[in-house]
Amino acid sequence: MSAIVRQPGVLTTVQDLGRVSWQHIGVPVGGAMDSVAQRLGNALVGNDENAATLECTMGGTAIQFDAPALIALAGRNVTASLDGTPIPAWHAIRVHTDALLAIHTGFRTTLAIAGGVDVPPVLGSRSTCLRAVFGGWHGRALRRDDRLPIAVPTATSVRMMEHLQSRDRTIGDWSIAPSLLPAYSADATVRFIPGPQFDELSDKSRDAFCSHAFRIASESDRMGFRLTGSPLSLREPREMLSTGVTAGTIQLPSGGAPIVLMADRQTTGGYPRIADVISVDIPVLAQLLPGDNLRFTVTTLASAHTAYLAREHSIAQAYRALQLRYTQGINGSS
Amino acid sequence: MSGFSIVPLGDRALTIDIDADAFAAPADVVRGLAEYLHAEPPLGVVAIVPALRSITLHYEPTATTFAALRDQIDTVTRHFSITPAVQRHPIVIPVCYGGEFGPDLEVLASTHRTTAEAIVAAHTAGEYTVAMLGFLPGFPYLHGLPATLYTPRRAEPRTRVPAGSVGIGGSSTGIYPCESPGGWQLIGRTPRALFNPHRDPPALLQVGDRVRFVDVAPAVLHNWVEHA
Repeated sequence: MSAIVRQPGVLTTVQDLGRVSWQHIGVPVGGAMDSVAQRLGNALVGNDENAATLECTMGGTAIQFDAPALIALAGRNVTASLDGTPIPAWHAIRVHTDALLAIHTGFRTTLAIAGGVDVPPVLGSRSTCLRAVFGGWHGRALRRDDRLPIAVPTATSVRMMEHLQSRDRTIGDWSIAPSLLPAYSADATVRFIPGPQFDELSDKSRDAFCSHAFRIASESDRMGFRLTGSPLSLREPREMLSTGVTAGTIQLPSGGAPIVLMADRQTTGGYPRIADVISVDIPVLAQLLPGDNLRFTVTTLASAHTAYLAREHSIAQAYRALQLRYTQGINGSS
Repeated sequence: MSGFSIVPLGDRALTIDIDADAFAAPADVVRGLAEYLHAEPPLGVVAIVPALRSITLHYEPTATTFAALRDQIDTVTRHFSITPAVQRHPIVIPVCYGGEFGPDLEVLASTHRTTAEAIVAAHTAGEYTVAMLGFLPGFPYLHGLPATLYTPRRAEPRTRVPAGSVGIGGSSTGIYPCESPGGWQLIGRTPRALFNPHRDPPALLQVGDRVRFVDVAPAVLHNWVEHA
C-alpha cells in the first residue's frame, strides 16, 4: 500500500529515531524532533518504536491512503480530520481505502502508519538528512503527489485493525496513559544540567539564565532554536576549540543570545556550552513555536537519570501492554 | 589519569577533555584514544566523536551509568597505547582555484598583500593532516596551513556555499562536502565527492589522513567522473 501526498504542508519529512552512530564523521543524528510523539504514535498502531513516520510541521498536510490502514497522530495541539470528520490525536484511527487525512494544526506532528514508511535505511536510519540530501524520501521534504510505500504491518497491527473492524469502530479503544504525554505548554519550563562553561557565566548572566523567561526566536529550525531575552555573557570572553555537542546543548555565541541544539544539529560546535536540557524535557522543547516562552531550572545528573529511567520504563510498559493485548489476546480472542 | 578529565555533557553524553599541555602530541592522543574506544567500545556507548582536543561519548542511560563509564575510561587512559597513524600516501585533491569557484581568492591576495598566484602556490605547496571531521558530513578540518595564509572567517557568512568549495577559516583549511551556509573564505572548488552515504567508508578523508591540493583547470572540474 501507499500513502499519497495531496498537500505537503510547510515541511513534511520521513523520520525515525535518527542515526546516532555516524557522528564521528560529522553526520547529524536527525530523527523526530519529538521522540516521545514518534515512539508513542508508533506504539498506538502496533509498530516498532523506530518505524519511520512522517513529521508534519505546522498544519496544512493532507495524505491519502490507497488501501485500508491504521494510523495515529501525536504531538502538541493537533487537530485533524478524516474525510472531513474530526479525529483525535493520540489514538489509533482505522482508515479505509481512498480516505483523505488532513492535518489542520499542530507544530511537529507525528503521523505513524502501521507498517511504517518503507524507505531503505541509509547509514542505519530512515530519517531524512536535509542538509546532505540523503535518507528518508530521496533526502528531501515531501512534495505533492509523492507516493510513499508502506511496509507490511506487524502481527500486532493486524490484530488491532481486525479488532476495530469487528466492532465497526474507526477510533481505537486503547490509549496512552495521560501521565506519559509530555507536559506541552506555550510557557514551558525545562530542566538543565550545567554545562562545561556554566561556571564561567557572569553572576548576572547566571541569575538571568535561571530566572528570566526566554522567547523562541523566528530563526529556529530542526537544527536549533535561537533564544531572545536577557543577553548572556561569560566573565571573560573565550575562544573555544570545536568539541562534541548533543541534543539539548545550549551554546552561547559572543552576541549573547543562546542557541539550543535540536535534532538536526551539527555533531561538534565551537561556542561555549553553558547548559544541557535533560532528555525527558526535550519533547516539550521540540514543540515550542517561535514566540513561545521558555524558562530554565537547574537539576542534577542523578535526577535527570532517575526521570529518564522512569520514562523509559513507562514507554516500555505501554508497548508491552499493547503487544500482550493484541498479539496474544485474552483466551485467544482479540 | 592526569592529562584527561571527564565531564558530563547532558544526561546521555560525556566529554573526555585532553589537556594539551600534558602531552607532546595531543592530536595523536585524541586519535589513538578514539581508535581504541572504537575498537573496544564500553557497554552502553552508542557513538564516539573525536574533536580537536576532546572526545565525546554518547551513551544510553538504560544500559550504563556515568560513573561506570568514567571508571572504564579511566582504566583505558592508563593502559591504551598510541599506535602511529597508518601512513597512507597523501590523498590528492584537485582544485580549480579562483574565478567563480574561488570568489574570495582575490580578496585574500589583497589582504595578504600578494597575488592570487602566490596564494595558490602556497596552498598547493603544503601537506595537510585531517585533524577532525565535523560541521557537515565528511567535512575535514585540515591542519598544516602555511601561517602566511591564516585568514579570519568572513564577517557575513554566505547563505549558500556550493558543494566542493575549498575554504580557509582561521588557521584551518577545509572542503564543503555539500551545499551549506558557511563563513570560510572560498578559494577554489574540487570535483571530488567528500561524502557519499552509499560508499564504504562514506567519508573520503579520515582523521589522521594526509592531504595535498593540486591546481587544475576548469575543464577538469567539468569533466570529472567520481569513482566509487
